[in-house]
Amino acid sequence: MYGWVGQILRVNLTNGTIKKEALDMVEAKNYLGARGLGTRFWIKECDLKMDPFSEANNMIFMTGPLTGTMATNAARYNVVCKAPLTGAMAASNSGGYWGPELKYAGYDGIIIEGKSEKPVYLCINDGEVELRCAEHLWGKDVNETTDTLREETDIDAKVACIGPAGENLVKFACIMNDYTRAAGRSGVGAVMGSKKLKAIVVKGSGAVKVADPDAFLTALTKARKMVKDHPVTGQGLPAYGTQILINILDQSGGLPVNNFRDSGTFPNADATSGETLAKTYLVRNKGCMGCGIGCGRIVNVPDGPFKSFGEGPEYEAGWSFGADCGIDDLAAIIKANNYCNELGMDPITLGSTIACAFELYDIGALKEGDVGRVLRWGDAEAMVELTRMTAFREGFGDDLAEGSYRFGSKYGHPELSMTCKKQEMAAYDPRSLQGMGLSYATNNRGGCHVRGYMTAPEILGLPEKLDNLVTDGKAQWTKIFQDLTASVDAAGICLFLTFAIGAPELSEQLMAATGVEYTVEEVMKVGERIWNMERLFNLTNGFTKDDDSLPPRLLKEPVKVGPCKGSVNKLDVMLPEYYEARGWDAEGRPTPEKLQELGLQ
Amino acid sequence: MAKVLMLDPEKCISCRTCELACSFKHDKEFRPSAARVNVVQFEREGISVPLMCLQCDTAACEMVCPTGALKRNDVTGALELDDEKCIRCKMCIQACPFGNIAYDSAKNRILRCDLCGGDPQCAKFCPGGAITYVEASTGTLTKKRAYAAKFKEALQEVTK
Repeated sequence: MYGWVGQILRVNLTNGTIKKEALDMVEAKNYLGARGLGTRFWIKECDLKMDPFSEANNMIFMTGPLTGTMATNAARYNVVCKAPLTGAMAASNSGGYWGPELKYAGYDGIIIEGKSEKPVYLCINDGEVELRCAEHLWGKDVNETTDTLREETDIDAKVACIGPAGENLVKFACIMNDYTRAAGRSGVGAVMGSKKLKAIVVKGSGAVKVADPDAFLTALTKARKMVKDHPVTGQGLPAYGTQILINILDQSGGLPVNNFRDSGTFPNADATSGETLAKTYLVRNKGCMGCGIGCGRIVNVPDGPFKSFGEGPEYEAGWSFGADCGIDDLAAIIKANNYCNELGMDPITLGSTIACAFELYDIGALKEGDVGRVLRWGDAEAMVELTRMTAFREGFGDDLAEGSYRFGSKYGHPELSMTCKKQEMAAYDPRSLQGMGLSYATNNRGGCHVRGYMTAPEILGLPEKLDNLVTDGKAQWTKIFQDLTASVDAAGICLFLTFAIGAPELSEQLMAATGVEYTVEEVMKVGERIWNMERLFNLTNGFTKDDDSLPPRLLKEPVKVGPCKGSVNKLDVMLPEYYEARGWDAEGRPTPEKLQELGLQ
Repeated sequence: MAKVLMLDPEKCISCRTCELACSFKHDKEFRPSAARVNVVQFEREGISVPLMCLQCDTAACEMVCPTGALKRNDVTGALELDDEKCIRCKMCIQACPFGNIAYDSAKNRILRCDLCGGDPQCAKFCPGGAITYVEASTGTLTKKRAYAAKFKEALQEVTK
């Protein structure tokens, strides 16, 4: 077996059974792994229309065929289940060391079924697998949980766990692995909490083999050189992390400000930038397993009200707790981000939900009596405290724990929730980046920037510069980016590589690793198959063309300041072009011909 | 002049690429548990230290070996293990004060760094410059300079 290790672990929490099964190689070849194969297995085995917190919502932890190899940045795994935040398919992607360790232990993935009555954790040591009591861990944060589990199992074991937010069913709770890496979006941590599964501990001593070692070495050496030589992956990201984007987006006029109300540029953006971080609180950078970039930030705020030590923030958290809340205090942003790591929450959704609260308060829809305090734009202390309270559903935190859509609806303003399919968008304003808007609107998991990163061509000029304010050609570009990203995710490598490498380099590494003919054409076809499979899941679940939308503000209220002043998103122009590029009908449904072409009947 | 491996933990980004490269070079597979180099991670403090055998001149492992299985490669300076002569007594593991020799029970063999015959893959693929393979004098001088610079800063501070 090459690339894949050939075995799946099936754990039923209801009756405590553990089985080892051979990996279905037909499916593996068609869907690669991670996001693709995990979703495929979920759809085959589960009732699509279930409640996300029901016992029948399987959770699938899945690696890709490149995970754990020395292919460029191959540290990724995905957690697949039905998402409590959106009702769509969740496939949350994480790096670190846990995914590779699972393969060294001899498993491509784990299928978790059922629900436990009492808190448990799953302990995997190569072939020895058991469920153990986790009552002593319930209530503990991610750091304490990870430390305790390593002390009681193996000091070098890798731990994926939930914090209090997952236990408290916060709708955007994460699963944290290796302390600070997160399967972050859509609330997969809450599903894990609903199953009373506190953690999965893995220790592996085995190997991942590749089909053609010499060709693989050649392919990975070439790809690694491209990553090292590229200005973004070789210089910008190592030096400044993803926070390098703050000043770039600010100067391009694409930074969403104050819940997207005052967008364009943020007066003191540089105070929250990667460059400022490097001069102030950065200790050193960090990479995941086999990473050649090292975008991770180890940070230390040594004193003051926001004293803390940890990792991050990356750009999206730097924005959601920063410009989106009108906050320019970097120490406060770091503190809130560390809370998210320690308590297990998605900072994009949380920051955006707090921004929504600030706006509701500003317009009088939310009162001091509702919140327990006064709220105003730019209040860093309030933002940090609300972050903590949300994890425990304490007071007003109970409202925020539902995400901005449900929260905004409760107070009469769902239109002020900056979400697509109930999931919060990231740090790129769709009025300033037309293609990014299309990408958000059509994203199968809702508002999310990592499934068709149109910022690359529209702002960074990669692989070529497109005018960010025009709609022409954006449909075709978005489709290609979405399909390639699906393959990148499914292979088990990091999306950031695609600044420097493309489908040819992915193809070369995949072919040498697996021995399967993953030509460039086939790589794109796998991605398209995954995209359409996810689309079918959503359609079956009642999503329609109307859900391929953006918040009305982005279609009607122009950008207020900066180079993109006056612009709105022209989704109505791009959407029909996108459906056509995808081979879908006018209602956004894949045609029978398209499904046949992809083998998805 | 022989080259030596130089370790600079301050530059280590904790990616463990060295472990992948090491196991791949020796076994054509990715198996960090069989790597001759290890990155020891202190996650809560944000510090990682790459460690491997640095080829002692007077080596306890060599002295304790009852069969003479460890022989110095005069070109690279590495102590190389003759697998035929090795009786797996594991005395070298006990003797090494740094823990830089290991036993691989799955394949019944001793694991220690052989400098990949003069082209150590850990140094070749290390993205941050935490492991380098350099002329001995250059390597130590660079380190000396870095620490001397700290003295310089301290002295400048005092004489202000």
